[in-house]
Amino acid sequence: MLIELKNVTHVYEHERGTRVLKNVNLEIRENEFIGLIGHTGSGKSTLAQILNGLIKPSEGNVIIDGIDITKEKVNLQRIRQKIGLVFQYPEHQLFEETVYKDIAFGPGNLELDPEDIEIRVREALELVGLNYEEFKNRSPFNLSGGQQRKVAIAGVLAMKPEVLILDEPTAGLDPQGRRQLMGLLETLYKKEGITVILISHRMEEIARLSTRVIVLCEGKVQFDDSPEKVFAEVEAIKKLSLGLPEITEILHCIKERGFDVRTDIFTIDGAVKEIVSKLRRKDIC
Amino acid sequence: MLRNINIGQYIARDSIIHKLDARIKIIITILMITALFFIDSFKGYFLFLLAVLFIIYLSQISFMRIIRGLRPVLFLVLLTLILHIFFTRGGEVIWQWRFITIEKNGLITGLFMVSRILLLIMFTSLLTLTTSPLQLTDGIESLLRPLKRFGIPASELAMMMTIALRFIPTLLEEADKIMKAQMARGADFESGNIIRRSKNLIPLLVPLFISAFRRADDLALAMESRCYHGGEGRTKLHELKVKTQDFIALFISILFSILVSFF
Repeated sequence: MLIELKNVTHVYEHERGTRVLKNVNLEIRENEFIGLIGHTGSGKSTLAQILNGLIKPSEGNVIIDGIDITKEKVNLQRIRQKIGLVFQYPEHQLFEETVYKDIAFGPGNLELDPEDIEIRVREALELVGLNYEEFKNRSPFNLSGGQQRKVAIAGVLAMKPEVLILDEPTAGLDPQGRRQLMGLLETLYKKEGITVILISHRMEEIARLSTRVIVLCEGKVQFDDSPEKVFAEVEAIKKLSLGLPEITEILHCIKERGFDVRTDIFTIDGAVKEIVSKLRRKDIC
Repeated sequence: MLRNINIGQYIARDSIIHKLDARIKIIITILMITALFFIDSFKGYFLFLLAVLFIIYLSQISFMRIIRGLRPVLFLVLLTLILHIFFTRGGEVIWQWRFITIEKNGLITGLFMVSRILLLIMFTSLLTLTTSPLQLTDGIESLLRPLKRFGIPASELAMMMTIALRFIPTLLEEADKIMKAQMARGADFESGNIIRRSKNLIPLLVPLFISAFRRADDLALAMESRCYHGGEGRTKLHELKVKTQDFIALFISILFSILVSFF
């Protein structure tokens, strides 16, 4: 087990009374791909920040690798190295003169040798799909928005986290940028063995890779299950002002019209196969 | 951690003081503060204190809130008192220990200065507590308008103030977010000596300035696309109007300040 939340409740001091998180219990294991969804203000971002010790919850315990980080005198820097957090619009945090220096900021804080830092920066840049030699000496402020975001994410990856939390990483990207980013997450999860927690409002993104979907509603965990089971709760999901992945929505429409297809499919390929096989059985095509 | 800073300490209440015209309130404040400097007896200060207490009562703001507002100047007040007690000479010797002496004049001037500072802060904080920042800028703009002839761009100044006030919470939020993002990359803003600490602020300040400039650009564009071209001929949604009660308040405070100046 990697992360465990026990009865976590959080209240922001400046907004007296409103509890952003209410009695949340979660266990996050190694090599999971978790989709975290919920409407705006449901506590997703707060949860993300609690998971790597940026926010100390008002009540409850956060246990990471057996260490309770809500206790005093815990080395939070080590926790934050293990659990990388990519904020919304991470490109707004870039500050150095060159891409290299900016990505090296995190490893530098870990007090690594310059050679190790260079290796990490190179690896991180190549992971996000930017050429090391081409980009290392450029100013991050002269890059395109998508490239800036990649550099910012590389800055977190250079910390070599075991868990990566991303808060709406695709917001404001063009379709190609979104595809590349989802490809990156797939690589991280499948090849690098990193546990990924993805916060997003795009159900397609959530459904595509997630092995587990957590739905937050007003600070409470409403659902915590496989995507198939969560997205089967059509009524409940819609009541939470969330949606279904488009493909699933289409399959639901087909089913409503009396054509019996499975509705727990989230990819275009899967849906095509399902529809074709059902049509074959009925000898229509 | 940055959210504890309270800017624009306005507290909304439905009181006579809140309803007064901002301009009148500013004028009254200036008047009363000038009067405060003419007072040269403790009787006068006592009278002034009574007036302040009466206004606090009328404004429906809790007395403790005003007292809490005095906390930041506590150091200044103590310093003034100590300096006067030990260094102002004259009058009989009250207390002596080797070369340190306290003389009567020192004690009296010290207490005098302290009362003056405390009353000054109490009265001015009453202004900011009962007037919203927007009303305040409107009032200042309107009072500065006659100075336009001397080349003072009153409405531009007021617009700048309004925008600055508007963006303080936004920038604080932004700073908080960037700080957290850098902390997630292992940045340390809390330990080390002062040089190290200020060096550690660079990862926070650079992105903050960049985003402030970006916001400024966006805002300028948005304002221009809605035909903003300076204060010339611009009308207001909420016109400031001087009503009877404003005149009464002004009249009373003129009387009071003349009266109190004789003490």
